[in-house]
Amino acid sequence: MIAVELSGIWKRFPGVIANSNINLIVEQASVHAIVGENGAGKSTLMKILYGMQKPDEGTIKVNGTTTVFSSPSDSIAAGIGMVHQHFMLADNLTVLENVILGSEPKRGLSIDFTKASNRIKEISDSYSLGLNPDDLVSELGVGDRQRVEILKVLYRGARILILDEPTAVLVPHEVDELFEALRGLKSEGITVMFISHKLDEVLAIADEITVIRKGTTVTTLNTKTQKVTAEELATLMVGSELPTPETRGSTVTNRVVLAVKNLRVESGQVKPHVDDVSFDIHAGEILGIAGVEGNGQSELVEALMGTKLSTGTIFLNGVDATNWSTRQKREAGVAYIPEDRSRQGLLLEAPLWENRMLGHQSQSPNSNGFLLTPKAAKADTQRIISEYDVRTPGLDVLASALSGGNQQKFIVGREMSGEPKLLIASHPTRGVDVGAQAAIWDHLRDARARGLAVLLISADLDELIGMSDSIKVLLRGRFVADADPKSVTPQELGNAMTGAKAVV
Amino acid sequence: MTGMISIARGNYSRRVKLFVILVSALALLSFVRIWSDVFDLTSRGTISAAIGLAVPIGLAGLGGLWSERSGVVNIGLDGMMILGTFGAGWLGWQHGPWMGLLGACLFGAAGALVFGLATITFGVDQIIAGTAMNILGVGFAQFFANLAFSKVPGGGETQSPSIPALPAFSVEQISDPLVAIHDKNIFIVSDLAGILSGFFYRLSILTILAATLFILTSYVLWRTSFGLRLRSVGENPKAADSLGVNVYRYKYIAVTMSGVLAGLGGAFLAIAASGVYREGQVAGRGFIGLATMIFGNWRPGGTAIGAGIFGYIDALQLRDSDGTSLRAMVLLGALILIGLAILAIKKNKYQTVFGLGLAGAVLVSWFLMTTALPKEVALVAPYLATLLVLAFASQRLRPPAADGVPYRKGEDR
Amino acid sequence: MKSKRILDALLAPMVAIIFSVVLASVILMLFGANPIETFSKMINYAATPRSISLILNSATTYYFSAVAVAIGFKMNLFNIGVNGQYRLATAVGALVAGALTFPGYISIPIVIFVSMLVGSLWAGIAAWLKVYRGVSEVISTIMLNFIAIGLIAYLLAPSMLGVQTAENVVGTPVIPESGRFPGFSIPGSQVPVYGMLFLAALLGFAYWFILNRTRFGFDLRSVGQSPSAAVASGVNVKRMTMYSMLLSGAVAGLVGLPLLLGAQYSFTVNFPGSYGFTGIAIALLGRNHPVGIAFGALLWAFLDVSSQILDLVGVPREIIVIMQGVIVLSVVIAYEITRRVKVRRQQDAVGKATAVAQ
Repeated sequence: MIAVELSGIWKRFPGVIANSNINLIVEQASVHAIVGENGAGKSTLMKILYGMQKPDEGTIKVNGTTTVFSSPSDSIAAGIGMVHQHFMLADNLTVLENVILGSEPKRGLSIDFTKASNRIKEISDSYSLGLNPDDLVSELGVGDRQRVEILKVLYRGARILILDEPTAVLVPHEVDELFEALRGLKSEGITVMFISHKLDEVLAIADEITVIRKGTTVTTLNTKTQKVTAEELATLMVGSELPTPETRGSTVTNRVVLAVKNLRVESGQVKPHVDDVSFDIHAGEILGIAGVEGNGQSELVEALMGTKLSTGTIFLNGVDATNWSTRQKREAGVAYIPEDRSRQGLLLEAPLWENRMLGHQSQSPNSNGFLLTPKAAKADTQRIISEYDVRTPGLDVLASALSGGNQQKFIVGREMSGEPKLLIASHPTRGVDVGAQAAIWDHLRDARARGLAVLLISADLDELIGMSDSIKVLLRGRFVADADPKSVTPQELGNAMTGAKAVV
Repeated sequence: MTGMISIARGNYSRRVKLFVILVSALALLSFVRIWSDVFDLTSRGTISAAIGLAVPIGLAGLGGLWSERSGVVNIGLDGMMILGTFGAGWLGWQHGPWMGLLGACLFGAAGALVFGLATITFGVDQIIAGTAMNILGVGFAQFFANLAFSKVPGGGETQSPSIPALPAFSVEQISDPLVAIHDKNIFIVSDLAGILSGFFYRLSILTILAATLFILTSYVLWRTSFGLRLRSVGENPKAADSLGVNVYRYKYIAVTMSGVLAGLGGAFLAIAASGVYREGQVAGRGFIGLATMIFGNWRPGGTAIGAGIFGYIDALQLRDSDGTSLRAMVLLGALILIGLAILAIKKNKYQTVFGLGLAGAVLVSWFLMTTALPKEVALVAPYLATLLVLAFASQRLRPPAADGVPYRKGEDR
Repeated sequence: MKSKRILDALLAPMVAIIFSVVLASVILMLFGANPIETFSKMINYAATPRSISLILNSATTYYFSAVAVAIGFKMNLFNIGVNGQYRLATAVGALVAGALTFPGYISIPIVIFVSMLVGSLWAGIAAWLKVYRGVSEVISTIMLNFIAIGLIAYLLAPSMLGVQTAENVVGTPVIPESGRFPGFSIPGSQVPVYGMLFLAALLGFAYWFILNRTRFGFDLRSVGQSPSAAVASGVNVKRMTMYSMLLSGAVAGLVGLPLLLGAQYSFTVNFPGSYGFTGIAIALLGRNHPVGIAFGALLWAFLDVSSQILDLVGVPREIIVIMQGVIVLSVVIAYEITRRVKVRRQQDAVGKATAVAQ
C-alpha cells in the first residue's frame, strides 16, 4: 500500500526555486525519512503536503486518491497530521485541553472530560506515549511536549504523520524515547514522514530515506535491502560539485586576539548549553565552528558578546575581558553579526542610517561618545551601501523594507567598519544570493589579511571549509573534534557534526 | 477513569487546603477582634456593607477576567463602567430598574465593541486603546447625562433623577439569631455567626445576580468547549488558529462580555448603591476591579476573594469613626506576615523569613504604640496590598500567556 | 521630500480630527444645533485675548504631562502614573514653597528641583518593581496613583502639615509672594500667562535634543524599538528602564507647578487630578514628537477653553470630551494603518530600486 505519492512537484518563490520536480513514494506503515541540507527545500515540501502552501505544478496522491489541499484542515481531513518543529501548545493548559481543543467531546453543554480523558489515555497507552491528560503542559519537558503534539494529531484520527526536524530540540535519551514511540506508531499501521539532517538518527529509525538536494529529490534508499552508511548519505546530500570559497595562503599570526578558557553556559538542566570550551583565535585567523544547530553555538556567541551569563575566562588582546559589558567589548573592537538579523541585528522600524549606528552608537563616525553625529553617520551609511552593494533607494528607508539579503549585506558592512579586531559572525551569508555571498567572502578575506580575527559559525559546510584556517566541531556544547580545512571534506565534517564518526 | 480520579483527588486536596485556609483566617480574625476589642470587625453591618462595596469591584474584575482570558488587556473597564452607570440611570429612571440593568449592559457592551474594533480588528496597542476608551466613556456619559437629566425634575447636569429600587432580601429568621450568637462574644463561633448574618441581611438581588455570574463564568470558561476555545485564544492564538478556532470571533465575544459585566458593575453603583446616576460615582473602581483580578490570579474565585477583601477594608474604613478598626487591621496584617514567615521557615527560605518577620514585628509594634490609625491608611491599604502581592508573588501569578499581544492572522509575531 | 514627510506625518492626525468633527457634527445635528454655527462660535470665542491666555496656560500644563508620558512611550513603557507622580510632587513642592522665604530666584529652583525629585522617586518605585520584581508598570503605576492620593491626604491633614484654606478645604500654606513664578500678560487680557510656558518650551527642546542627538537618547529609543537588538548592540536594558522611568517621573513632577506657582499658590485636595491621562492622549496625538505634542497640547487646550461657550449655545460642553476621546481613538487607529501602508510602500520602492539595479 502506498500512503503518499508526490510526483513532479514544483514550487517557485520570487527569485528562488524551492522545489523542482520532486518525486516521492511513501509506503504505508513505514518510517520514511527525508534528508537534505538546510535550505534544500524539505520544509517547503512538507508545507505543500500539509496544505500550508500550494504547489505550482505536480500531483499529490494520498492512499491512491489524487487530492488538492488548500488549507491544513483539508489535509487533516485526509488523515495527515503535522508536528511542527516549533510546538503549537498552550503552556498554561493541560495536556487534555491542548489535545481536544477544537474537537471537544460534549455531554450536554459541558465538555465530556471523562470521555476525552479515556480516549487520550487509550491513545497514549496504545502507542506508549506515556502522557497523563491532567498534567499542565508548562510542567512537561521538551520530549513530552513533542509527544503531546503527536497525540494531538492522532486524536484527530491522522494515519500519516509529518514530523519536521523532530530531534532538533531533543537530547539523546529523548531521541531514543521518540524513536520508541515512532516504532509503536508504525506497528499500529501509521505512516511517519520524518524530516531531518541528522544522519545517524535517520539511519537508526527510517525504513526508507529520500535525499533532497537543491530542491529536487536525488534518490530514495531502502535501509533494509541496501547497506547505507552515513558517509554515503552525506555525499548524496551535499553533492559532488562544490564551488568552494577559498582563502589563499595563511595570514595567521602568532598574536592571540581572543583567548577563551573553560567557558560554560548553564542551561538550567543537567547538561549545560556550553560545556567547558577553550580556544584561541589569532590575528589573521578564521576559526570555524561546525555543528548542527542547537548544539550550543548561539549560547557560545552570546556568552562571548556578554549578553548571556557564563563562567570561565575571556581575554581580548591579552586583557581580561571576562566581566566586560557588551558595550565595552564593542568599543574594544569586537564586531558582531548576530544569527537572527531581524531581532538582534536591526531596528526594523528605524531608517538605515540609524541602523548604521546600532551597536556602534558610542563610537565614531556615529557619535563623539555623548552626542550623535548624524551627518558623518549618514555619509558612512552611503559608503556601506555602495561598498557592500546594498540595494536601497536611499538612507531614509526603514530597515524592514529591505530584502533579507540586503539587510544582511548592510549588517556585514556595518560590522566590518572601523577596523574591528575580532569578528564574531553567525551565519554571515545565510539567505544571501550567490553574488552577495561572494562579496561578503571577499570582504572577510581582506579583513583577515589585515589581521582581523574571526569566529565563524555557519551551517554551510563549504563556507566553513573554504574560509576557515581551522575548524572545531561543536556537539552538545562540547568541542568533540578538530578538523583541518585543507584536507577535510564536507562529508567527513558532516559526520563529525552528527557524531557519526570522529574526524582526525 | 484514572484521569477523572486524579482530577477528583486534585480537587479534594485543594478543598482541604481551602478549608484550612478559611478556618485559620477566621481564627485569626476572631483572635484579632478579641485582642483589639473591636467588635465591629465581624458584625452584620460591616459584612453587609462589605458585600455591597465588593460587588461592583468584583463585577469589573470579572469583566477584566473575560477579556484577559482571551488575551485582551482591558484597562478601558473604568470607561465601560461609567457608560454602565449612565445606561442604568437613563433607562432606569424612566423605565424602572430592570430596564436600567439592561441599559447598563448595552452601554457597557457598546463601549466594549468600540474598544474591540480598535484592539482586535485594527491591532492597536491595548493599553492605548483602553486609555482612549476611558476618556471616551467619561465624555460620553457626561455629555448625555447633561442632555438627559439637566431639564427633568429631580435631575441635574451631573445627576439623574432617582431610580426606583430593586428588591433586596433579608432573612431575619436566620440573620437575627446569628446576630444574637455574634453578640455572645465566643471565639470563632461568634465571628462565623456575625459574618454569616451579613449574608442574609439586605442582600440586593443584584448581589445574588453577581454571585451567579461568578459561578456561571467558572462553569462556562472551564467546563465548556466554548470556554476552552476562548482561553486557548488567550494562551496561544496561533495554536488555536491551527486547530480551526476563529481567534477574532472569540476575542470579540470575550471583550463584549467584559463590557457587559463592567456595565453591570456600574448598574450596581447607580441602582443598588445610590439610587441615582451621579458623575464620578465610579471613582476608579474599574481599575480596582482590574487589580482584584490580578490579585485573584485571573480566576473567578480569586477575583471574588480579592473584591471581598477590598470591600471589607473599605467597609471598615467607612464605619470606623475613631480609627480603632484600622488599628485592628494592622494587627491582622502583622499576624498574617508572621504566619507567612513561619511557613517560609519550613521551606528554608531564611531571607524571606527574615523580611516577613521583620515587617510583622514592625506592624505589631505599630499596633501596640497607637490607639487609632489615620483614615488615609485604609484608603491606600487595598492598593498597597495589591502592589505587595505583585511584588512578592508575581512568579506565582499565571496570566494568560498571550495577554496583551495583538494577534494578526498569518503574521509571525 | 521634506514637505512630503511633514504631510505624511500630518495625515493621520488630520483624518482623526476631521473624523471627530464629523462625528460631533452628527451629534450636534441630532440635538438640533447647527454644527457650523457652533464651531464658528467656538473659534471666535477662542480668538479673544483672554481665551488665548487660558489656552496657553492649559497647554503648558498639558505639555509637561505629555512629555512625561512620551519619555516612557519611547521605551515602550506606559507611565499611567503621571497623575500620582505630579500630585505628590506638587503637594510636596507646595509645602516646600510655602515654607521658604528666600527670594524667588533661589526658592523657585529649589521647589522645581524638589518636585522633580519627588515625581522621580514615585515613578522610581514602579521602575524598581518592573526591573527587579517583574511587575508590569501599567498596574503598579495605577496602584501608585491611588496610594499617592492617600499619602497626600495624610500629609495635608491639619494635624500633619496642612492647613484649612480660605475655601474651607484642606491644603498647604499659601506660598509667599516671593516664591511665585512670574507670568506675563497678553494685551487685552486680565489673565496672566504662566511664565513656566518658557520652561515648557525649553523642556521640549531638551527632550528632542537628548532623544535625537545624544547617544543616551539613541540607546533609549533602541530599547523601545527592539529590546533584543538593543541588548545585542550593548545597551543595558534594565538600567535604561530605570533611567527612563525616573526621567519620566521627574518631568511629571513639573506638571502641577504652572498652576501652583502661577495661579493657585496653594495645593489643596481639590487640585486637578487627571492631567496625566490628558498627557497620555496628547502624547499619542503628537506621536511623542516634541512639536507634535505642542500642537496636540494646544488643540486640547483650545477644545477645553472654547467649550466654555457651548453652554451659551445650548449644547452640553461635554461634547468636547467626546471629541477628544474620538480623536485619540481614531488617531491611534489611523497611525497604525498609515504605519502599515508606509512599510508596504517602502517595500515597493525598494523592490523597484532593486529591479532597476539588476
